[in-house]
Amino acid sequence: MDSSLVSYLLRRLLWVPLILFVVSFVTFALARFGPGDPVSVAAGQFRDPEVLDRIRHARGLDKPFYEQYWIYVKNAARGDLGESYRYKDRKVTEVIFPAIWRSFQLNSVALVITLGLGIPLGVFAARRQGTWADPASIGSFLLIQSIPGLILVPFLLLAFALKLGWLPASGWPRDCSVAIGLLGESYKCIGIAHTYYEIPISWRFLVPVDFAIPVIGMSREVMIPIIALSLPAVASWARYTRAFTLGVLREDYVRTARAKGVSETTVMTRHVLRNALLPLSTLVAFAMVGLLEGSFFVETLTGIPGVGRLAFESIGSRDYDMIMAITLLGSSSFVLASIFIDVAYTFIDPRIRYGA
Amino acid sequence: MAREEAAELGVRPGDEAPLAPPHSPMGVALRRLLRKRIASVALAFILLFYAVGLLAPVLGWLNVIPSYSDQDLEQALKGPSLSHPFGTDRLGRDQLSRVIWASQTTVVVTLATLFTGGLVLAVGLGLISGYVGGWVDTAIMRVGDVFASLPGILMLLLINATLKEQVRGLAEDFESLSGIGGIVRSGAPDYILIFGALSLFGWVGGARVIRSQILALRATEFILAARSLGASTPRILFRHLLPNVSNIIIVSLSAGLASIAGSEIVLTWFGVGIQPPRPSFGALIFDASGLRTINAHLYLLAFPGGVVAALFFAFNLLGDALTDVFTPRAR
Repeated sequence: MDSSLVSYLLRRLLWVPLILFVVSFVTFALARFGPGDPVSVAAGQFRDPEVLDRIRHARGLDKPFYEQYWIYVKNAARGDLGESYRYKDRKVTEVIFPAIWRSFQLNSVALVITLGLGIPLGVFAARRQGTWADPASIGSFLLIQSIPGLILVPFLLLAFALKLGWLPASGWPRDCSVAIGLLGESYKCIGIAHTYYEIPISWRFLVPVDFAIPVIGMSREVMIPIIALSLPAVASWARYTRAFTLGVLREDYVRTARAKGVSETTVMTRHVLRNALLPLSTLVAFAMVGLLEGSFFVETLTGIPGVGRLAFESIGSRDYDMIMAITLLGSSSFVLASIFIDVAYTFIDPRIRYGA
Repeated sequence: MAREEAAELGVRPGDEAPLAPPHSPMGVALRRLLRKRIASVALAFILLFYAVGLLAPVLGWLNVIPSYSDQDLEQALKGPSLSHPFGTDRLGRDQLSRVIWASQTTVVVTLATLFTGGLVLAVGLGLISGYVGGWVDTAIMRVGDVFASLPGILMLLLINATLKEQVRGLAEDFESLSGIGGIVRSGAPDYILIFGALSLFGWVGGARVIRSQILALRATEFILAARSLGASTPRILFRHLLPNVSNIIIVSLSAGLASIAGSEIVLTWFGVGIQPPRPSFGALIFDASGLRTINAHLYLLAFPGGVVAALFFAFNLLGDALTDVFTPRAR
């Protein structure tokens, strides 16, 4: 890491607090000046105006706007993101981190499927350029990409849950057993992996004892959301990969490699894919953003208690501190990820330099 | 030419030279031809969609389609028939006319966003940022960075959920001050809020691309020549620079159309976009997506969903074709 990179990194990082300040201020103002009020939502049936005023006073909602914002910033700087209005007596972090963890699990599986299927399909289409298989596969990728998730999910539910009855229509696995030691008790039972597999009766002749083997598998509840998240992403990754692979296939060094008798597999993996995937590496971050945006309605439609659904419900119930926390966490991770990618780029491709 | 003959004889290019780069001139020509034909079909579909959307009031006035809000509870939830080709919804409203009026919503929102966010903000700011440079450039690009780092869909949801009443109130004040009636009832504040928010978040990508092109063009001789002949800054911007980036503008605008239309649908689906009774694809899809509804009345989802998917497919096909046409090195 040379000094120009360090100064570049510092300059980028200096912007982060300013961006977070603007983001938090705008979000704070939008939430405060909107119609509705979290206290009346939190009070529920109990609508005695005196009680509501008391709650408002206790939460500091009767203070002037700038004072409220200043108090929020001071608390947030100490790591206190406030209390939820909707989930009574729960800290925002207690609700938000399990939700993020659930969405993270879903999205990582979807990302693995996206890359694992999308890249090979794109290479396949690029290798078949000039035959019917290339336009046919590109056309179908484009068609799949054109179906909005809002329509795709109901059709998946209709096919797999209602007609075929293979998968449950909604829900989150209860019997999960992924415990993250570091995260403590409240984070148990939010995984998507079944870790024990009961031997079916028909196979008992092999294993005579009543015996369960640990395996990693996926709960059936998350299959439809994962298909819905990854299908359009696979299609777009296949198209990107095809475009970049075609660009590299035309390079002179590929012809040279073929001419000197390097095997086709080696040409593809060592010469073509390595160079084609370089520009694609930045797209991984965008793929994650895309998946997260997809989780908004996929989670809402399939009853996944993830962060997308939490965000939507928090906006609906004016859960001020929850909205703030989600927006701040979302934008700061996005900003940091984009800085990370730009820096990682210089390591992947030494030709790239960020001068002053 | 030998290869063309080989292709006509049924010999696939791969057969004769297994290690050759797999693009035969025949295949490329065929693909280009096909692509153009597909692109023209896509363009025709988009034009038809926009014409039908814009002409929705005329069609209603000529009694070609029934009103989108006429309820006939005896005809509720009837499947496709001659009198109701797309069936009827649970209030007995004709689904075809609701789809047509929903197209109008899409047409209005996409065109308004394209003009404000795409042309005025993205092109204008990109041109100024690239040509003027200095602190103006820095200011515009930093503001763009902030917008680009906001979680888009979350902010759109938040803005539309919180500012709706304010915009309605402003429109009511305007009505009482100016004496022009019917603005609030027509749903115009919903449209203004949606395309305003979409423009606010949609300009950054286009402005960055245009700026980088302008930066390269600024240093060329013909701009220097124009400047030394005494051309004014607006003249250089609009007569010399703008035509040279028009291909990029067309490509980036066509790529943006589908995402603008999609955002409106998502916002309305979440209940913060266009408010009922005005039809929007978001509302139509939401109403039809209940588990019981898709099981018993799939046509309610299939027709609007099919139209939306076809429109997005056409947008994508056209966008691809335009990229090919305007950036020839991609061939």
